[in-house]
Amino acid sequence: MRALMTAVYVFLYAPIALVVLFSFNAGRSASEFTGFSLQWYGKALGNTFLITALQNSLIIAFTSAILAAVFGTMAALGMQRLGPRMRAVFEGLMAAAIVVPGVVIGIATLVALVAVFGAINPAIASLWPGERPPQFGLGYGSIIAAHGLFTMALVAMIVKARIASLGRDIVEASADLYATPWTTFHQIVLPQILPSVLAGFLLAFTFSFDDFIVAFFVAGSKTTLPIYVFASIRRGVTPEINAVATMVLVASLILILAARVLMRERKTKSTE
Amino acid sequence: MPLAPKTKRNLVTTALLAPSGLWLFVFLVLPFAAMVIFSFGERAPAGGYQPAFTLAQYANLPARAAAFWNTLILAPVGAFVCLLVAYPAAYFLAVKADPRYRLMLVSLVVVPFWTSLLVRTYAWMYILGSRGIPNLLSMIGIEDVRMLNTPGAVLLGIVYGYLPLMIMPIYVSLEKLDRRLLEASADLGAKPVSTFFSVTLPLSLPGVMTGVALVTILLLGEYLIPQLLGGGKVFFIGNALVDLFLQSRNWPFGSAIAVTLVLVVVVILMVAMRIAWRISGSRQVDLV
Repeated sequence: MRALMTAVYVFLYAPIALVVLFSFNAGRSASEFTGFSLQWYGKALGNTFLITALQNSLIIAFTSAILAAVFGTMAALGMQRLGPRMRAVFEGLMAAAIVVPGVVIGIATLVALVAVFGAINPAIASLWPGERPPQFGLGYGSIIAAHGLFTMALVAMIVKARIASLGRDIVEASADLYATPWTTFHQIVLPQILPSVLAGFLLAFTFSFDDFIVAFFVAGSKTTLPIYVFASIRRGVTPEINAVATMVLVASLILILAARVLMRERKTKSTE
Repeated sequence: MPLAPKTKRNLVTTALLAPSGLWLFVFLVLPFAAMVIFSFGERAPAGGYQPAFTLAQYANLPARAAAFWNTLILAPVGAFVCLLVAYPAAYFLAVKADPRYRLMLVSLVVVPFWTSLLVRTYAWMYILGSRGIPNLLSMIGIEDVRMLNTPGAVLLGIVYGYLPLMIMPIYVSLEKLDRRLLEASADLGAKPVSTFFSVTLPLSLPGVMTGVALVTILLLGEYLIPQLLGGGKVFFIGNALVDLFLQSRNWPFGSAIAVTLVLVVVVILMVAMRIAWRISGSRQVDLV
């Protein structure tokens, strides 16, 4: 039993460890370690395409995670105030946002946005008084919108679970002591749900930062880091990709570990 | 004039739900409707979409039968192989592991799932590629072993990618298991093996169902693993969709495939929930 579990951990971590190890390889081989070197990191960080992709990914992940954290938390708070029917509709839509495959979310968003842009761009152009009318197109906005859909539902779910575990009595006690609903919210409820909101934000950031398939459809001419990595893998496996992959791994490891520490505060036994 | 409490309450509720509701409508419901409309259209001569009302796209689905078959076979098979590895692992974590280290051990399983699937799949591409294991094998005299771009490589990538997601729900259901039932079974003279098969396993079935359903559904839309480890030879519906939308630009046909994929997902989800409901006797199913 113990041996099997050890094997599972080796299976989960050895491939990643190998990628990390060979990112420090002096040579190009994937099976022979010829000496320690940071040259591939230097190459990666000197690559302006990569740095642009990284910046794009950070902007998109940060914006969509903020939107997801704020709107998702509001949704979690609002849903418990709804009647059973509306609540079922809302929960169903949230579940759909999580369960529908990323490929389909990407396609549906692409199709809808292209149809909308196709209709409004000529309309704006005909009404625009100046020389160069603004053109709506795919880019930051469409990626943020599509990522926000999944991550908003994710945050709503995490925060909702936290609200459900809060006793009603503490809120009622606050009301009995003549606190206004707003005071009760920001003195009693908010401090209690804040860790899960933050955890949701970090998970949303991680998801957006790591997502390839949704962005692949709706990115237009923008390149995110996973899209860049995917394109360079297609050109051939190199230690430079290992270096980039290692940096991506380290970034998401930090985020996910922080999220888990925040979520652990609310439950002694983790059920993630 | 102060508002009536009920009106005020409704206003607050609306304000809280307006942004996410709008988001769900504009970026989920509307796009979905658009996709369904596109699936009844025709491909414009230059690619993309032109309005029409035809079932031609759906009639044409058999043209991509290979992608459907690959997906509909490898997704459940992958989920099942995942389950075979995941169940003992979840059992160990929930029952056998030292409680002091349990949380850390569970974290170690979950964390990889939240790191980039692209990077994790790349790791296997790297290991199975010509400069990886085949290179090592050729050093000991075994030449020309091809590992990448085979169904086996795709299956390996699937198990690797989705193992954490399979372990978690099973772990949760085993962890919730009432220990007194196991003791009662032992007290009544049952051997550990028969306790496992008559008590532990049936009670953990909801977790198993959740895991299998989750992994199968995610696999149905998988693109990266077959793309990187199957190299265009073992392709899924996701790969067909990328090809149709981004390369050959046949959007109506792609939409028809995407709509079909969603229908398959819905059917599987309903069957899974029906079974889970029957097993656990309640409608509660933890989906994530």
